[in-house]
Amino acid sequence: MELIHVIIQGVLLGGLYALFAAGLSLIFGVMRLVNIAHGDLIVVAAYMAYFTMQALGVGPFMSLIVVVPGIAVFGYALQRGLLNFALGDELPPLLVTFGLSVIIQNVLLILFTHDSRRLYAGPIEMASWKFTPDLSVGVLPVIQFAVAVAVIGGLQLLFYRTTLGRSFRATSDDPEIAQLMGIENRHIFALAMALSLAVVAVAGVFIAIRTTFNPFYGPQLLIFGFEAVIMGGLGSLWGTLAGGVLLGLAQAIGGQINVGLPFTAGHVAFLLVLIVRPQGLFPKVSV
Amino acid sequence: MALLEVNSLTAFYGDFQALYGVSLSVDEGQAVAVIGANGAGKSTLLKSIVGMIRAAPGMIRFAGEAIGGVRSPKIVARGVTMVPEGRRLFSSLTVEENLRIGGQLGRPGPWTLQRVLDLFPMLAERRGQASTSLSGGQQQMVAIGRALMSNPRLLLCDEISLGLAPIVVREIFQRLPKIVAEGTAVVVVEQDVVQALAASNYLYCLQEGRVLLEGASRSLSREAIKAAYFGV
Repeated sequence: MELIHVIIQGVLLGGLYALFAAGLSLIFGVMRLVNIAHGDLIVVAAYMAYFTMQALGVGPFMSLIVVVPGIAVFGYALQRGLLNFALGDELPPLLVTFGLSVIIQNVLLILFTHDSRRLYAGPIEMASWKFTPDLSVGVLPVIQFAVAVAVIGGLQLLFYRTTLGRSFRATSDDPEIAQLMGIENRHIFALAMALSLAVVAVAGVFIAIRTTFNPFYGPQLLIFGFEAVIMGGLGSLWGTLAGGVLLGLAQAIGGQINVGLPFTAGHVAFLLVLIVRPQGLFPKVSV
Repeated sequence: MALLEVNSLTAFYGDFQALYGVSLSVDEGQAVAVIGANGAGKSTLLKSIVGMIRAAPGMIRFAGEAIGGVRSPKIVARGVTMVPEGRRLFSSLTVEENLRIGGQLGRPGPWTLQRVLDLFPMLAERRGQASTSLSGGQQQMVAIGRALMSNPRLLLCDEISLGLAPIVVREIFQRLPKIVAEGTAVVVVEQDVVQALAASNYLYCLQEGRVLLEGASRSLSREAIKAAYFGV
């Protein structure tokens, strides 16, 4: 029974990692940009939620009404004002987003100090469903997983059923020719970044309810996102969900074996997938 | 007034100069051919017209307005588009999506998805397939259809015969008069001189970035074309 409990926990946690990964793979897919500052932007979203909750006196979920559009606008401006100029080669985007990561961490440190913070969701944090006397599942992790599946399903619809999604895919295939379709790359890239950050803002709020965060929490989240993307296979949204779930599972099982082991177990699972199936579980693009 | 006027166009790739003052004009509803050997500057010319390579404003005028240096999406919105060399379909889009995305700007005109499928009936039954699953000739039809979907006043075709079997090339070139008949001016860039002559009213021959010969396609002698093409 204990094992089933651990597995459920791991799967539910995996939904969060899938959201980190979906944001990461979305911008890599559309503009071949590896965003080293991804984790730090998740932390920015968490701080935005923290102060929105304080200012408006709302809960973390309500704060998303402000945080999601807020960070999307920020992402659009960031792309148009900075990152678009770094595109075109492999190295510049890495360097620029690495620098951005350092800047974000230090600005957060200056503004908000090194204090750890957390988002309080109220009684729902403790609520759980009891299936048998031994087996209960927390309400919050279930909501978190359901939201992750819904967001990834929504992205899937957006990519394959809308004009905007078609423009994203066309730009990903051939940005030069996409311009001949009247598509402004600069605008499409900025929309992709806005969408990516909107998605991770949701994940950022959930993770900040789960654990405490501080200005230097970003890189760890970035690693989780990367591992889930690679395990799932680049370019497939449902694969990303599978990758996230696998990472969550590995961490939960590792944590069960030894309290200090969850992250190591996640990395080991990642390495195993790389060795056995370097293209990921559900690859779609060959890079 | 000509629909397209190219005036002393120069173009560079870094230090390398690809075009040395090329001038050319295309009238409404006209079919113009540009021939020349590899590296003569034909593709560079088309890419400059459509905004993929920067040019000074006055070097390219479309419908009386200077469009040199304008970004490609804006130029396409004004009614110039190109069928790129090597087709370059969007590989993750289906045949139908490739066509529809061409019409995304919503320029009004004669070409609709249905009319494009009427022009290339063999695409109709394959509209749901991945564009990569088609033969080279069918892919070329999609590329032309995709360009037509933007209802251009001027259609530039870059080496649409490249890598295709002669019978397929003939099939594709047969469609050009129908396109011109809808009021679209067409510029075909070709290495295949016979096809180019047959498909055009007026012909330019480029060599090493310069126009060496031009004239009504019927009036030019084979010898003159040969001399300008090979530079002998």
